Amino acid sequence: MKKLSARRRHPLAAVVVLLLALAATGGLYAAFAPAEKAQADSSAQSLAIDEGKKLFAVGCSSCHGLNGQGTSDGPSLVGVGSAAVDFQVGTGRMPAQQPGAQVPRKKNIYSQAEIDQLAAYVASLGPGPVTPTPEQYEPSSNDVTNAEQVAKGGELFRTNCAQCHNFNGKGGALTNGKYAPSLEGVDAKHIYEAMQTGPQNMPSFPDTTMPEEQKREIVAFVRHTNDEASPGGLTLGSLGPVTEGLFGWIFGLGTLILIAIWVAAHTTKAKKS
Amino acid sequence: MSENLPEAHDASHGTALVSHDDPFADPGLPAHEPRRTDIDERAAKRAERQVSLMFVVSMLATIGFIASYASIDADKIVYIFPLGHVSALNFALGMTLGVALFCIGAGAVHWARTLMSDHELPAERHPIEADDDVRNDVIEQFKTGAAESGFGRRKMIRNTLIGSMALVPLSGVVLLRDLGPLPEKKLLHTGWDKATQSSPIKLVNMNTDEPMKPEDIVQGSLTFAKPEGLEESAEDFQQQIAKDALMIVRIAPGDIKDAESRDKGFEGILAYSKICTHVGCPISLYEQQTHHALCPCHQSTFDLADGARVIFGPAGHPLPQLKITTDEQGFLIATGDFDEPVGPSYWERPR
Ligand code: FES
Repeated sequence: MKKLSARRRHPLAAVVVLLLALAATGGLYAAFAPAEKAQADSSAQSLAIDEGKKLFAVGCSSCHGLNGQGTSDGPSLVGVGSAAVDFQVGTGRMPAQQPGAQVPRKKNIYSQAEIDQLAAYVASLGPGPVTPTPEQYEPSSNDVTNAEQVAKGGELFRTNCAQCHNFNGKGGALTNGKYAPSLEGVDAKHIYEAMQTGPQNMPSFPDTTMPEEQKREIVAFVRHTNDEASPGGLTLGSLGPVTEGLFGWIFGLGTLILIAIWVAAHTTKAKKS
Repeated sequence: MSENLPEAHDASHGTALVSHDDPFADPGLPAHEPRRTDIDERAAKRAERQVSLMFVVSMLATIGFIASYASIDADKIVYIFPLGHVSALNFALGMTLGVALFCIGAGAVHWARTLMSDHELPAERHPIEADDDVRNDVIEQFKTGAAESGFGRRKMIRNTLIGSMALVPLSGVVLLRDLGPLPEKKLLHTGWDKATQSSPIKLVNMNTDEPMKPEDIVQGSLTFAKPEGLEESAEDFQQQIAKDALMIVRIAPGDIKDAESRDKGFEGILAYSKICTHVGCPISLYEQQTHHALCPCHQSTFDLADGARVIFGPAGHPLPQLKITTDEQGFLIATGDFDEPVGPSYWERPR
């Protein structure tokens, strides 16, 4: 003790106290700081956001603005959420080739990892619908529950979707060159995201008016109509009266007329028998 | 004899008269040529067998139809070359019925062509009107008849006869009246008319069967609704929903161009009738960016941001809009019916 007090006036005493204090603060911080995992996560997240921001600057900013705030050529992306990015880029709609009534689906040029980075960046601009997980969109693999989902989904599809996308999901025409695309061969995830986010002119069907389970049922129905064989054989595009009527008039009536001509032409009067 | 045909024609049946004096003379009918089956008895027998064969095939096909109906499983799918994967039952039924019908027709045609009499029967054309003698005679008779009946003189008989003739068709109208009730006032009201200030009706989501709050309806979304209490199990559900169906959209209040329409809505939530005002198709091809709703039947287009004004197509008037608000618990409600009848125009429609 004596020794300590004797050295109290030592010129290095202040330094020692400072070091001790620093060590204590550091120790306390280490003890009470947020869990390590969260730190690692957010840094990976911020890494993705950074990467996404770079991809965004190259691929998207010319229309949507450097910070995704939107320009006269493209809408603001604040609050559209990662689901919208995953859908638009994942189906090749974005980046758009050219402005027009509707941006068509085309070959996707981004890898899923890049899409996720872009989505992370856009999601960081404002809260919005989050990219769904397979449990959310994948229909049940159990035959019985799947059949139930298909039946319920069919009913929901006819109420909410069939008016634009046709009773079989083959798509249809809208105004001024816009159209509802065919749902054939579309990923379950993308169908789910479209309902969630309402891409382009499609209205959205948020969870508040169409719960998650119902969206999954609709996906089950769409997949079923895509995969099932047609009981009648030739579907003629499953477009309904247009193609069926055309077929009936041209091939059905046409054949009857040809037969009638043949029967009438081969009479005895034509000197053939 | 006929003035239309040259004299020589009748004498030699079917022989053309070639006259150098008159290059445009009627060539007459070509000579009759017998068919093989007319002269060769063996050929006739063969044709007979062919016809019966077709009828027999038809019978077999019908039996095949019944057999496949009874034996093939309805769920069975098979691959058949140009058609792809088809239901075996559908294919079998269609083919057998088709063959059965076709063979009857083909047999009948073959019979008529080979075995039935094939003598040409010319039907000559003559002026349609009768000659003057006959006409004068008929007119004479009519006049005598009219004079004898006293039709022109006895006015009472004439008038009552005309009256009774005019009324007879009415019995037809009475009978046909049974085909349907008059619409009366049914087209004026929908299921929403039971709503009043004191007992409002909640708007129920068609998907979830739950009432909705304004915060459930996000901008750019589309929701279909029906009045609370209308159950799908109800006997008259289809008749009711054909008038009551709503489509609910939410538009930023600043984007709503029609002030009256904005007031009928609630914070930008607008509830329009789903029934097209042209001939009543359900319309709901809603484009969330342009706020246009398109009818798939004849392409009538309504601008939902502007009181559902018709901007294209044959529809005669805007979609009726239901006035909505919220109750104390915050659910969307209607306190009355549409101000005008929903659906297509009709004679007695007020406006
Ligand atoms: S019914 Fe809608 S346009 Fe004809």
